[in-house]
Amino acid sequence: MTEQKRDELRTDEAVPPSIEGSVFVGPDGVKKVLRRRPPLLEIESLNVIFGENQVLRDITLKIRRGETVAIIGESGCGKTVLLKTMIGLVAPTTGRVFFKGQDLSELSDKKLTEARSHYGFVFQMAALFDSMTIEENVSFPLRQHHKEMSKRAIKERVEYLLEEVGLNPRVVSAKTPSEISGGMRKRVGFARALAMDPEIMLYDEPTTGLDPIMSDVVNELMINARDRHHVAGVLVTHDMKSAVKVANRLIMLYPHALLDSDEPQMIFDGTADEIWRCSDKRVSQFIRGEAGERIRDMSMED
Amino acid sequence: MTKKSKKRSETTPRESFIKIVSKMGRAIASRVSFAGNLAVFSLSTLFWLVVKGPRRETLTRSFFNIGVLSLPVVMLTGTFIGMVLAVQAFPQFKVIGMETRIGAAINLSLVKELGPVLAATMLAGRVGSSIAAELGTMRVTEQIDALSSMGVNPVHYLVTPRFLACLILIPGLTLFADLMGVIGGMFFSIHLLGVDWSYYWEYSRHAVGMFDIFAGMFKSVFFGGAIALICCHQGFRCGAGAEGVGKAATSSFVLSFVAILFLDLLLDVFLEQFHTLVLGGVNKSVV
Repeated sequence: MTEQKRDELRTDEAVPPSIEGSVFVGPDGVKKVLRRRPPLLEIESLNVIFGENQVLRDITLKIRRGETVAIIGESGCGKTVLLKTMIGLVAPTTGRVFFKGQDLSELSDKKLTEARSHYGFVFQMAALFDSMTIEENVSFPLRQHHKEMSKRAIKERVEYLLEEVGLNPRVVSAKTPSEISGGMRKRVGFARALAMDPEIMLYDEPTTGLDPIMSDVVNELMINARDRHHVAGVLVTHDMKSAVKVANRLIMLYPHALLDSDEPQMIFDGTADEIWRCSDKRVSQFIRGEAGERIRDMSMED
Repeated sequence: MTKKSKKRSETTPRESFIKIVSKMGRAIASRVSFAGNLAVFSLSTLFWLVVKGPRRETLTRSFFNIGVLSLPVVMLTGTFIGMVLAVQAFPQFKVIGMETRIGAAINLSLVKELGPVLAATMLAGRVGSSIAAELGTMRVTEQIDALSSMGVNPVHYLVTPRFLACLILIPGLTLFADLMGVIGGMFFSIHLLGVDWSYYWEYSRHAVGMFDIFAGMFKSVFFGGAIALICCHQGFRCGAGAEGVGKAATSSFVLSFVAILFLDLLLDVFLEQFHTLVLGGVNKSVV
């Protein structure tokens, strides 16, 4: 039996543990095994401490295939650190991060590199390489990991990706990052992240510093990545409009830990209207962007 | 008296002592941690150099930036060192009537000591600071994280080509500095100070042996490696913002300079012992 046939029967959460491993014969006469597939990304009791500063406290979280999860929270509460922990750029002090069932902290350098090629990361300021042209930036992961690809094939792929993010390859390809606008840089960063056909995209405040129209263009790109390319996503943002439009689930870090540890990721799981009626006072205050008592407390401290 | 100053005056000698000891402990721990970090970084660079080696595209760029672009400034430095040596040494030699031997003093000090040390110092400023600032900016703008996120090891991609270029090209550049120093010293001594050229070269030939030239080159290999590792490490550890990049560039030069002086002393002692004990050589006298 091929691995592919087995894969057809793998499902995320739908298979109850009681029937996992059941063998049956399919209509094609081939024996098949029903297996429960681990979540794409799983974080277990994660703690991150820098010096004497506890940045993340006891985070437990699952990201399933095909969903986009938005993480919101105050500035400095550890959202970006959480995002970087998901890809192994920041090592957990305690706790574990699993990607497709593999513990990232136990992987060898080679295997971690292999695992990372399934991720796409859109950085806050795009993080394009200054010394390279736009074409070289987008083709960079392909040149590093697909040495079998011809120059022509790489060029075609770059053109396709640039068009996919709404940029004209003939206009931008030869330019350097300093010669294009902030919005264009973000889209180039997006194209570069998509180059390796990732299974999960991590977005670090992708709409920060963009005008409302450009923000919406980036939102559409995130929705497009999920719906057309079937890519799961984790979006760290302060932009509530973007979070509501793009995400299936919303999580709030407060302070340094998930708001509700019993039901961590279910603060919001529904339509855009529900989010405004959220019963948790701290979440609704953040979502509405109301200064509330926090500002009064701080002024009293002064 | 404010509450704060009252509290300060109430600190007992025992508490002050504990504070001083804990401060010293923290400072020592931080330096030990820095040294350990640099050692791990250096080993990782050597590991990647042996296991994979840098890619040709990154190596060519590093060779051009470090080698070709540094050549004019290194040659200028060498020329002036030679001429300044002539200016300084001539009156001293003239007093004892040995101005014809000035060439030996200039050329020996150039190839053994001043050429390698001053060329390395010059390169720590030009190349080292630029490496630290470039990598520091890449750290601050998350370009190093971007490399990692794309499954590319940043030490392999960014450090190994720079390390290899410094290791190979700094001795080469030192040779150019020496050559220009010899020419500068000769020009000044013969044409401006009136030293007889045949004596100048004859005494130089006697004083400077192949081992002296080798010693200078040998030291510059270590200087090159130290500059590359220290400056890349400072770039990778760069703090946030423009201030962090500035600090990384400054500290990379200061640390490289200290390392050059320290290595110079260490290697001089080693080479002298090696020359005397292993090769059975005798130090030649300039006068």
